[in-house]
Amino acid sequence: MKRPSKRPSPAKVPRSLSGYVYDPKARGLALQAIVALLLVWFVAGIVDNTIRNLEAQGIASGFDFLDNTAGFDISQSLIAYTNTMTYARAFLVGLLNTLLVAVVGIVLATVVGFIVGVARLSGNWLIATLATVYIETLRNIPPLLMLFAVYFGVLKTLPSPRNSVELPFSSYLNTRGLYFPAPIWGEGTWLFVLGLIGGLAGALLVYWKARRQRLLTGRANSALLPAIALVIGIPLVAFFLAGTPLSFDYPEAGRFNLKGGVVVQPEFIALLAGLSLYTAAFIAEIVRSGILAVPKGQREAAAALGLHDGQIMRLVVIPQALRVIIPPLTNQYLNLTKNSSLAVAIGYPDLVSVFAGTVLNQTNQAVEVILITMSVYLVLSLLTSAFMNWFNARVAIVER
Amino acid sequence: MKYWFAGCLALLAGAGQLADQASAQTSTLDTVKSRGQLQCGVNTGLAGFSAPDDSGTWKGLDVDLCRAVSAAIFKDANKIKFVPLTAKERFTALQSGEIDVLSRNTTWTMSRDTSAGLSFAGINYFDGQGFMVKKSLDVVSAKELSGASICVQTGTTTELNLADYFRSNKIEYDPVVFEKLPEVLAAYNAGRCDAFTTDVSQLYSIRLTLGNAADHIVLPEIISKEPLGPVVRQGDAQWANIVRWTLYAMINAEELAVTQANVDQMKDSKNPEIRRLLGVEGEFGQAIGLDNDWAYQIIKLVGNYGESFDRNVGAGSPLGIARGQNALWKDGGLQYAPPIR
Ligand SMILES: N[C@@H](CCC(=O)N[C@@H](CS)C(=O)NCC(=O)O)C(=O)O
Repeated sequence: MKRPSKRPSPAKVPRSLSGYVYDPKARGLALQAIVALLLVWFVAGIVDNTIRNLEAQGIASGFDFLDNTAGFDISQSLIAYTNTMTYARAFLVGLLNTLLVAVVGIVLATVVGFIVGVARLSGNWLIATLATVYIETLRNIPPLLMLFAVYFGVLKTLPSPRNSVELPFSSYLNTRGLYFPAPIWGEGTWLFVLGLIGGLAGALLVYWKARRQRLLTGRANSALLPAIALVIGIPLVAFFLAGTPLSFDYPEAGRFNLKGGVVVQPEFIALLAGLSLYTAAFIAEIVRSGILAVPKGQREAAAALGLHDGQIMRLVVIPQALRVIIPPLTNQYLNLTKNSSLAVAIGYPDLVSVFAGTVLNQTNQAVEVILITMSVYLVLSLLTSAFMNWFNARVAIVER
Repeated sequence: MKYWFAGCLALLAGAGQLADQASAQTSTLDTVKSRGQLQCGVNTGLAGFSAPDDSGTWKGLDVDLCRAVSAAIFKDANKIKFVPLTAKERFTALQSGEIDVLSRNTTWTMSRDTSAGLSFAGINYFDGQGFMVKKSLDVVSAKELSGASICVQTGTTTELNLADYFRSNKIEYDPVVFEKLPEVLAAYNAGRCDAFTTDVSQLYSIRLTLGNAADHIVLPEIISKEPLGPVVRQGDAQWANIVRWTLYAMINAEELAVTQANVDQMKDSKNPEIRRLLGVEGEFGQAIGLDNDWAYQIIKLVGNYGESFDRNVGAGSPLGIARGQNALWKDGGLQYAPPIR
């Protein structure tokens, strides 16, 4: 607050109380303080009231229940879980399941959305029309309905476990999901991992050198093939040197379902497909508007330089379109994450199903459970926005 | 502008502090009477227990209990607003005061009866959990279900019993959990699950809705105790008494052979127990805040327990469930009501 001021600073003049009352700054501060105090009082009143009402009604409160034994099973878990573990652990299982569909869903929705968005602008009538139909249909269906359609559609079309469809690599598909062999890593795996790291490092090096050469000489020579060769070759050699330390646990027919292997459940497939196809329709429109926002002159200039269509898109149009695309894209990512809570309707064990469903009903501590669940979605949304803002700042075109 | 905002906040904060004074105790009976209607939480649709019929009238064993409470209070079995609730919603609806009584195939458990702030007011159906499977699977016992997928509804005691049973029998299984019954059944029908599990009475009721009922069998194992009964909020003893004694009046009436048809003649009975039940002697109605003919109204307008059982779930209904554990204690069952004295 160092303002070059010719007037004597008011602070130096000793003042009476009325002096403060008529000083807009002091008055403003006082008012802010009063508002803050009132807000604290208000929130404290609500919290206190809630606790007292719960007590009066004989309903348990507090967060101690998280340490109690859960006692129920969960069909899909990314971490070790048994029904003798705690509610806190069940919460974690649900949270990870939510994150799983959200992250994979966002990646899928982005890929499909970009493809459809570009396709809608295609000069090919058939492709453009197909993209338009896709967008207009999916955008106008409620997401819950979409999930039901996909889920029960999937279940109805898949065969029973006894008539599983056989896929390559000893994989099977039936109403219980997609089964494939589970890899079991043996001794010497470390050598393979080392090879993988080495291969990646090598590829980066090659890429970096090619880039430097391009910047120096202006000649672009692709580093793609050598990079791929390194990433695949080195680990492969390491794998055989270590004596192929990999075996598989193959799914086999059991009495009811297939046993063994890894299962991707139909609930997960349906939720993932439903959410990402739905969100992709919105992303496609965002992409289209972003591309259309790039002035036509840019393309013409690029064409005049002799770039072909793909290059124009990749090197000139998309980088500029991203500026327009990213902010609304963030919104769609948030929507997808929040819509993933519809999982409960089709039996996918996400956070809402496991925690705000089963745990809530077993502990009856609705206030605490809902508070925790809402906080999780809030934090997820804030983190997504923060990341997208960072990304936006990075790709933003520096204006000169 | 700023002042206006601060003023609003001050008002709001003040209101927040005052709210608990406002929520001071008013008795449920007074609320119901002044509203002129009982709000009763029931199942969204479970034939025999609570389901609307073709003309939209709610019918069932659980519904009859609501009707009996309404009859005792209003001398009219229809002053009720039925609120259909899923398993997950039911307790919140009761805790928050959206309904006055929950009569919805709800299992009496310790945690629900204590830390959930609820009180059970008796048992109107003794049940247990079982499994239903497609006949084509050739399963005859639940012990054979190793590796099976099992569909369950969330918010029920069912989920825990299932885990307990398979854990103690050291059997692997794969639970598929849905929030609402229609989805559970659709998944079971589509072959996503080998078995569907819930209380046996509900299995029988649901089996009738599954197209060809003979394609599905209920396995013999009963894996839990499921005493189903009406629930009220904790802390209003008078209201709990009304609901509890409504059920007991129906059971006592059956024991004393007082029926909907003969209740008027029975008023002249010499049997002191019947005279007390029907309010000819004593002031038992007043003891729970009602008129002395409260039980007469229940039996006249709804019937005794046996009659209600028969027409809703028993021999006189499509379900045809035997009385079994729900027979009177005299007949080797578990239904036993304390005397009105
Ligand atoms: N008695 C058990 C289960 C009661 C229950 O909710 N059963 C389910 C499965 S049949 C049901 O009635 N669902 C119907 C609905 O939620 O609409 C309990 O109290 O937890």
